[in-house]
Amino acid sequence: MPLFTRLCLGWLVAIVFGAIFADLIPGLQDPDYQGFLFGTSTTNEPPSLTHLLGTDNNSRDILARIVYGARVSLVVSMTAVVMGTVFGGFLGALTGFVRGKTDAVIMASVDVVLAFPGLVFLLMVVTLLGRRDLLVIAGVVGVLSIPPYTRVARATALAVSRREFVMAARAIGTRKRTILFREILPNCLPTLMAFALVNAAVIILLEGALAFLGLSVQPPTASWGNMVNAARVDLRINVWPVVWPSLALVFTVYSLNVVGDHIRRSKAVRSAAL
Amino acid sequence: MSDAVETDRRLLTVTDLRTTFSISAGDVQAVRGVSFALDRGRTLGIVGESGCGKTVLARSIMRLNLGSNVTTTGMAEFAGRDLLSLPMADMHEMWGMELAMVFQDPMTSLNPLVRVGRQVTEHLRQHLGVGRAEAARTAVDLLNEVRIPEPEARLKAYPHELSGGMRQRICIAIALACEPSLLFADEPTTALDVTVQHQILNLLGREQRERDMAMVLVTHDLGVVAGRTDDTLVMYAGMVVEQAPTESLFEEMRHPYSEALLRSLPRTSQASHTRLAAITGRPPDLIDPPSGCAFSPRCPYVQPRCREEVPPLSAVDDPDHRFACWTPVGSPEGMDAFARNVAEGLPQAVAVDLAAPSSAGRGGAG
Amino acid sequence: MGTFIAKRLVRLIGTLLAVSFLTFLLVNLLPGDAINALIPIDAQQDREFVEQVREEWGLNDPMLVRYGRWLGDAVQGDFGDSIVTSRTVSSEITHRLPVTAELMLVTVGLSVMLAIPLGVMAAYREGTRLDQVISGIAQVFLSIPGFVAGLLFIYVFAMKLGWLPATGWNRLSNGLLDNLRTVILPALSLALIEIAVYTRVVRSDVMNTLQEDFVLSARAKGLSDRYILFRHCLRPSSLTLITVVGLNIGTLLGGTVVVEFLFAMPGLGKRLLDAIFQRDFMMVQGITVFIATIYVLVNTAVDLIYMLVDPRIRKAD
Repeated sequence: MPLFTRLCLGWLVAIVFGAIFADLIPGLQDPDYQGFLFGTSTTNEPPSLTHLLGTDNNSRDILARIVYGARVSLVVSMTAVVMGTVFGGFLGALTGFVRGKTDAVIMASVDVVLAFPGLVFLLMVVTLLGRRDLLVIAGVVGVLSIPPYTRVARATALAVSRREFVMAARAIGTRKRTILFREILPNCLPTLMAFALVNAAVIILLEGALAFLGLSVQPPTASWGNMVNAARVDLRINVWPVVWPSLALVFTVYSLNVVGDHIRRSKAVRSAAL
Repeated sequence: MSDAVETDRRLLTVTDLRTTFSISAGDVQAVRGVSFALDRGRTLGIVGESGCGKTVLARSIMRLNLGSNVTTTGMAEFAGRDLLSLPMADMHEMWGMELAMVFQDPMTSLNPLVRVGRQVTEHLRQHLGVGRAEAARTAVDLLNEVRIPEPEARLKAYPHELSGGMRQRICIAIALACEPSLLFADEPTTALDVTVQHQILNLLGREQRERDMAMVLVTHDLGVVAGRTDDTLVMYAGMVVEQAPTESLFEEMRHPYSEALLRSLPRTSQASHTRLAAITGRPPDLIDPPSGCAFSPRCPYVQPRCREEVPPLSAVDDPDHRFACWTPVGSPEGMDAFARNVAEGLPQAVAVDLAAPSSAGRGGAG
Repeated sequence: MGTFIAKRLVRLIGTLLAVSFLTFLLVNLLPGDAINALIPIDAQQDREFVEQVREEWGLNDPMLVRYGRWLGDAVQGDFGDSIVTSRTVSSEITHRLPVTAELMLVTVGLSVMLAIPLGVMAAYREGTRLDQVISGIAQVFLSIPGFVAGLLFIYVFAMKLGWLPATGWNRLSNGLLDNLRTVILPALSLALIEIAVYTRVVRSDVMNTLQEDFVLSARAKGLSDRYILFRHCLRPSSLTLITVVGLNIGTLLGGTVVVEFLFAMPGLGKRLLDAIFQRDFMMVQGITVFIATIYVLVNTAVDLIYMLVDPRIRKAD
């Protein structure tokens, strides 16, 4: 793996690490520090030794908030990927293999959901649900991620079903259920994984946009998107509270793309060699 | 190919052309030193199996090998200039105007999304600055020349709307549009129906004669060069193994590979269900070519010397007929070698012996 | 050809019906919200009054009936009235549509105009420095969401350099130049990702096309590289590009919501957002259905254009 790709992978690992073990990081400031309550006000401070990335306009340490913000991005994107792959993948493989009426009904429903531009649908559902905690947001994003994965899995399943080894399995009387789990699903996995990698990046961007609009987790909980939104009021005075979370967001998505591209390229080479 | 021919008829002289492809596994030596000369109005046939380097040779001369991993050395003198060292800008002018090529598969050689008419006229207009109306008229003339009925309608069509034979005629028309002096035809009939192949080859021959063009006909089929070419080059593993005026070649084949190729042609004189005499074995790895003669592993006439020393391309009686073999067909060494191999039970010799005991080891068209 | 279009149309109408019903369902699943929008909380003590309002707005009827009523009005162009402002939904849509439409057109136009030459050059010079730079920049742009790009542009061009306004919108009717001044930054913010996506697609497609036999034939005719690239290679690649542009309209529509919010543009996206916050369910419904309809129409159009451009598909049925 080239050096640059390794750096990006390192960043991703650091993000995941930070998100999971945020509470255990020594010296990390309190991201929800309610400074104004105690009379001490350190708003919009530039980077210093105590606050490595400075403070935002509510006296909160930016670095800490970025680390905790990673948690939100991670949870939401992982939920989307897992739910998509598991439910969407299964549904798609099933319908691609079985065809017939089930296929028509499922795909019609998928088409309807996909007929909505993603963010618009997300906006509506999130608002109408009212609640904004992390699990709800993650859940909604997860459920809405299922249709794209279904489409991808179905396309692969359709192609795999035509291959000889599936016909051979059928010919010797293997039960459809067994074929589905033993032959179809495993062959859908690589394509699903590749899609998941791309999708993870898209989901992180989507959650970022949602948070920016104020429709993801609510402050004081930190999400990179809502940090940017909160800080943009004072953009003229102090750029840094906008810059740091933006950079975190961009770096993470960029790293996902770089690593994803690398994996895709090396896999393509291997399958070409076949 | 006698040197006594007037040199102003000489169009192309290729000297020691070598082409190598650098891939991750190593360097593939596709063409390993080929030399020949071609005069205006003459046809040269280049025959060999897939992978022998004949297509690469043609493309190397025309500088059409795309890719930064290809190196070609040697000389290809055409009308006083070395094609291999010309700057690309000059090659762009040569292509179509002086040199042209007809490719194997007419379906993929034409852009499926562009009408036939434009594909026939675009280079005319670019090279000669011809206006649209005049180009259209020229296109109609060209299509008439290649015997395509209703040319005006055809020009408005897309490639997939035409039959394979018609598409290849279009490709030939395209190649001839700017009146080149040298035409390469790379397996022009392989992708076509047998019934159409004959017509296309006749068309090519006729055009060549009428335009006094030089033509190089590349094919894997000996039957294609018989009667249609003046001289023939037989290639194996990137090298020329036999080179002669076509008549002489068929009268008296000297290289075992040429003989094997000839033998593998099915003939109507044979009884039905006669087993096809395929050449056993496979062509050698061109990344690491074997020492000695490349054909040795498959040759019924092989002797120990063949495996150690590469035989040089040389003539014996007839200076125009050259071959590269230590034990040529029909020579005492050859017949000796064959008999010895059969006696020792060498598989490829035994197979030949069983197939045609009367003609084996003695050369000729059997 | 005829049956294909007919089938497509049936599918289209089916999808639109399903989409509008789904929206209706979602929006109306929490009637409490509608009530909260119509009557302030403190006034809800009076049960009778609440009931009266419910009757007035037809909130007590079964879902399908309400949907049917809404649909009947909708196909005649009447999407109802906004609960918050007292204007009709359709008038708001017509008033705001030009803004969003212009934003999207400028974004796509800019992106395509930049992506084609960039993608073609990168493919033509595959593996060289130029290709690496172009592909690298594309990868970076791919990771910059609209609001980050927007804030960056606002900071540089509006705050620091003062060349362009940070917010607001000048209608086209007020003058082209002024209009362009307000559309360029939002469009550029959205365009970054689009440029990246399109460039990659064009590059990959042209790279594949360059392997085709007809490219070799074209070279053997002596056609210049530039002619081959733009007159032969682009045609098959344009098909893929059209499809990708169509598929990406969805993400683009979402992006316009964010960008209109950031740049305070009076477009559909911002209106939708405001309506959502205000629980203006008629407005939310109307705009969402409208947006979804446009999206479905665009996808159908892409399918049809694809058929027209590729003559092989045209004949195949």
